[in-house]
Order: sequence, then structure tokens, then C-alpha cells
Amino acid sequence: MVSPGYTTGGTTTTSATPRHQIIAFVGMVVFFLAAPFFIYPVFLMKALCFALFACAFNLLIGYVGLLSFGHAMFLGSAGYISAHAAKIWGFPPELAILSGTATAAALGLISGALAIRRQGIYFAMITLALAQMIFFFCLQAKFTGGEDGIQQVPRGVLFGFIDLRSDLTMYFVVLAIFLFGFLLIFRIIHSPFGQILKAIRENEPRATSLGYKTDHYKLIAFVLSATLAGLAGSTKAIVFQLASLTDVNWPMSGEVVLITLLGGLGTILGPVVGAFVLISLEHYLAQLGAWVTIVQGIIFVICVLTFRRGIVGEIARLIKRPL
Amino acid sequence: MFDFLGIPPQALFGQLLLGLINGSFYAMLSLGLAVIFGLLNIINFTHGAQYMMGAFGAYFLLQYLGLSYWWALIISPLVVGFSGVVIERLMLKHLYRLDHLYGLLLTFGLALITEGMFRNEFGSSGQPYRIPDQLLGGNNLGFMFLPNYRAWVVVASLTVCLGTWYVIERTKLGSYLRAATENPTLVQAFGINVPRMITLTYGFGVALAAFAGVLAAPIYQVAPQMGSNLIIVVFAVVVIGGMGSIMGSILTGFGLGVIEGLTKVFYPEASNTVIFVIMALVLLVKPAGLFGRTT
Repeated sequence: MVSPGYTTGGTTTTSATPRHQIIAFVGMVVFFLAAPFFIYPVFLMKALCFALFACAFNLLIGYVGLLSFGHAMFLGSAGYISAHAAKIWGFPPELAILSGTATAAALGLISGALAIRRQGIYFAMITLALAQMIFFFCLQAKFTGGEDGIQQVPRGVLFGFIDLRSDLTMYFVVLAIFLFGFLLIFRIIHSPFGQILKAIRENEPRATSLGYKTDHYKLIAFVLSATLAGLAGSTKAIVFQLASLTDVNWPMSGEVVLITLLGGLGTILGPVVGAFVLISLEHYLAQLGAWVTIVQGIIFVICVLTFRRGIVGEIARLIKRPL
Repeated sequence: MFDFLGIPPQALFGQLLLGLINGSFYAMLSLGLAVIFGLLNIINFTHGAQYMMGAFGAYFLLQYLGLSYWWALIISPLVVGFSGVVIERLMLKHLYRLDHLYGLLLTFGLALITEGMFRNEFGSSGQPYRIPDQLLGGNNLGFMFLPNYRAWVVVASLTVCLGTWYVIERTKLGSYLRAATENPTLVQAFGINVPRMITLTYGFGVALAAFAGVLAAPIYQVAPQMGSNLIIVVFAVVVIGGMGSIMGSILTGFGLGVIEGLTKVFYPEASNTVIFVIMALVLLVKPAGLFGRTT
């Protein structure tokens, strides 16, 4: 791949979207459009939900430098609300997903306002603790069904005329939701707002001294990330017709960290690649029980010690262009 | 007998004692985390798994070597502490020049591996571990029944915590440690082997977690997942107390254990979440934590 404008490493212009990113994006979309005809759609939908979840998480860790260890609370609580709305209140899927997403946004506003009061390592611990609080709430609350979760959630009819009972139809709806979230994140990190987020990541005191209220920016980024994680969780609940404690428990928070780390922190495509690799891996290891946990742990250790750029980060380094 | 807000004293003091026991574990674990964080700048996510390893160590020693609880109390922390030394030498030492977050991620991965391996071997069910003969039974104090083993846990934990506090705050070795926390380069320039000190500190923190695990073995069942839920609560304890002060960690640990115990009496539904709620309140009022330094 040779692009005409490219000379050496050093100073490249940061104008519009670089061409290779567009190529990569188009490649991804083509793959997703063709994939359900070759790969089991339900598996693809699971991977897409996790990809969106990880993209939302990556917005925080990759572009603001905030490690949230409690993102399961947004995925899980949105899933519960969405499932409850669709099953008990009889909401159509679009409204069910919307109410789940709105719940995650509200939760993100509250937990974000608390968590950004501390930096670095404390931020991770606070988000983890808040998520555990939400977990206990979901465990005890009546409407979540405790250990059983909310089962047999109807997929319903989208906008009154798209019947979601077919897996293929559902797949394209999930793909549309994923692409919406993906492009929104892409737009955010390339906006002036996104530039300020990166400035905060690189040097927060300096961003403050330039007159930016860094706490406001961090909170907005946190709420955006929570909202998109909630969108992923709501969609996941509708797709699998199930909301359960797994999605709100701490291993799920760890999983999204692992997906993003494996794919590449702070790369746009990393979380998507990471989600597909990890979900496939877990799919094949599923019958081995606790081995899944062990393999996850080993991947964590390897990534941190020798593979910190992640898959996409390494590819980007090889072709010397950001992806 | 007197009643307190309609709660029978037996129940009240019983829960207070349970709270004190939980507080002992919070204090020992958060103390270990604080000591490790002070020197290594790493939040040791493996702490819960190492606590679990300590408990399993006691179980193995009794089951396979016939060694009693008292031997386990010494051997198990030493072995687990040594495994910590190996981890520090092989892995953690490569991370000190990186962002702190990588230390958290690495130790999280190690926790997953450890827990997964034990779960493979033992499933999710717990293994019973009996109370040593010398500590069976208990005393009736008039207002409540005090089992000997529980009293022992509180005393042992207090002794270890205060001992650690004394070593760090009042001895020469501790002064080196505190100096290295402030400025490792300068301390190294004075001819003190800081890397070795860091290794041993990690080993000590881990051994402390394992010691707590051995103490916990007869109270809770020895189970692979016994550490993971505890460690999250301990993180909240650490956020509440702030990691700047050794005594602060100890006091916060015991204090929160007691508050949790009281919650079990007055409003049982909230007993799982009360520590997290307190954390949220402390963050609102005093973001640096009760004993933390604002940095």
C-alpha cells in the first residue's frame, strides 16, 4: 500500500481522515455485510455487541487515559432495563433499547461525577467499587429476577414493520447500531472536543493551565462512553432475549479491558478486532470451563509484558500509520 | 437485660463481633495494598488471590503433610510471599517505568490465572478447615458468647497490623522504606539496595495477604473465589482511607468492618453495599480519602 502524500515518518499533516483509515473502515463494513452469509449470525451479533462495548470503553482509556474497571455496570444495567421494558412494559425494541441506553447515561453521569474526583489508579478502583454496588443492587432487586435474570425477552417488531425474529434481520439491525456507535466515536475523537480529550490524556495540568475545565471534559467523555456501553448492553439483551447477572458482574468489566488491550488501546479498530478474536477464542474454549479464565489471564499477562500495542497497534506500527 | 432500639443485645454484639472480624481482614489486606502501593506504585489486584492461596496453603499443609494450623500460620505466608517475590522479579519489575495502570492489568491477569487454576482443581465449592483444638470453645461474657477462635483472629490481626505500623514508622528499616517511597533515586545514591527492598516489600505485602488467608480458613470455607469479592470491598476501603497512612489503613479497615456489622443488624438489605455508599459519600466530601494526602 503506497500513498502518494507519504514521504518519511516525522511530521505528517493531520488534515481530514487519512486514506488508509477510510480503506480500513470500508474493508470492515464490506466484511460485516458479507459475514452473515458465511458465519453463524448469532455469533456475529455477540461479537458486534462486544465490539461496540469495547469501542465505548476505548473512548475513555484510549483517548482520555481513564481506566474504568466498572464498565459492566453500564452494559448490565442497560440490559436489564431494556429487557424489562420489552418484556413487562411491552415496549417496541427501539424504545426498549433507548430506555436502556438512557439509564446507562444517567448512571454514567452519577458514577462519572464521583469517579473523576480521583485520578489514575484510584479512578479504576472507584469505578470497580461502584460497579460492584450496582451488581449487588441487581442481585437483590425484585425486577431483575436474581440468579435467573430476565429470560425470554421478546425481540419484537422494529419501527412497527421490521420483524426481528429472523436472525438475519436482527443481524443487520445490530450492524446498523454498531456502525452508528462506531462512527459517532470516530467523529468524537476527530473533533476539537476529541483533541482536548487527548490533551488531557497527555498532560492534564497543562490542559488545565490552557484554560480548559478538564473535569467537564472528562465527565462528558465518561457519560458518552457509558451511554454507548449501555447501547451495546440494551442491544445485547434484545438479541439474546436475556438479561443476566453475568453482564453486570466484575469479570465482564475485566473482559472489556482485555478486549481493548488485545486489540490495541487507543486505536480505532483495535476494540473491534479484539472483540472478534476474544469472542471466537471463548467460543472454542467454552466447554473447558475454568480454562477460559486462565486463558484470559494469560493473555492479560502477555499483552502487558510484551504486546502493549495490541494487534491493531502492532499493524499500525508496521505500516507506520495510525489505525 | 437491656435492649438497644429493640435489638436484643446478643444479636447486636454478635454482629459487632462479626464486623470486627471482617474489619480485621479489611485492615490486613488494605495495609498490604498500601505498603505495596507506597513503594511499587502498583495496585496489587492479585491480593485477593494471594489471600485465597494462603487459605489453600493451610488446607494443603493439613491435608497432605499433616501440619497443624500453627505451622500453617508460618509456612503458608512464607511460601506465598516467596511466590510474590518470584512474580516481582519476573514480571512486575519490568513495569515500573510504565503507566501505573499496566501494573493493575498485569496483577488482574495473574489473579484470573490463579483463581482459574484453583477452580479447575476444586470447583466452586468450599473445603472445610477445622478450628485448631487449642482455640475451640468460647467464653460467655454475660452479654454475649465469645468464641475463642474469633477473639484470636481479632487479636492476631491487631498484633500484625500494629507490628507493621511500628516497623515502618518507628524503626531504621522503616525509615529507609519511607525514604524510598518519597525518592527512590536519592535513597539508592546513599548506597541502599532499593530494588531488593522493593522485591522484599512486595513479598511482605503478599505474605500479609496469605496470613490473613490462613486466619480466615477456619471461619469461611476455603474456596477459590473467596478472595475476588473481598478484594473489591478492600479497594473501596482503600479509597475511603487513602493510601497515604499506615495507621489510616488499619483504622479504616476495622472501622468499616464494624459499620458493616451494624448495618447487618439495623438494615440487612444494605449490608453488601454500605461500604460502597460510604465510599461515594467520602468522595463527595473529602476526595483524597479520610487519611489521604492531596496530590
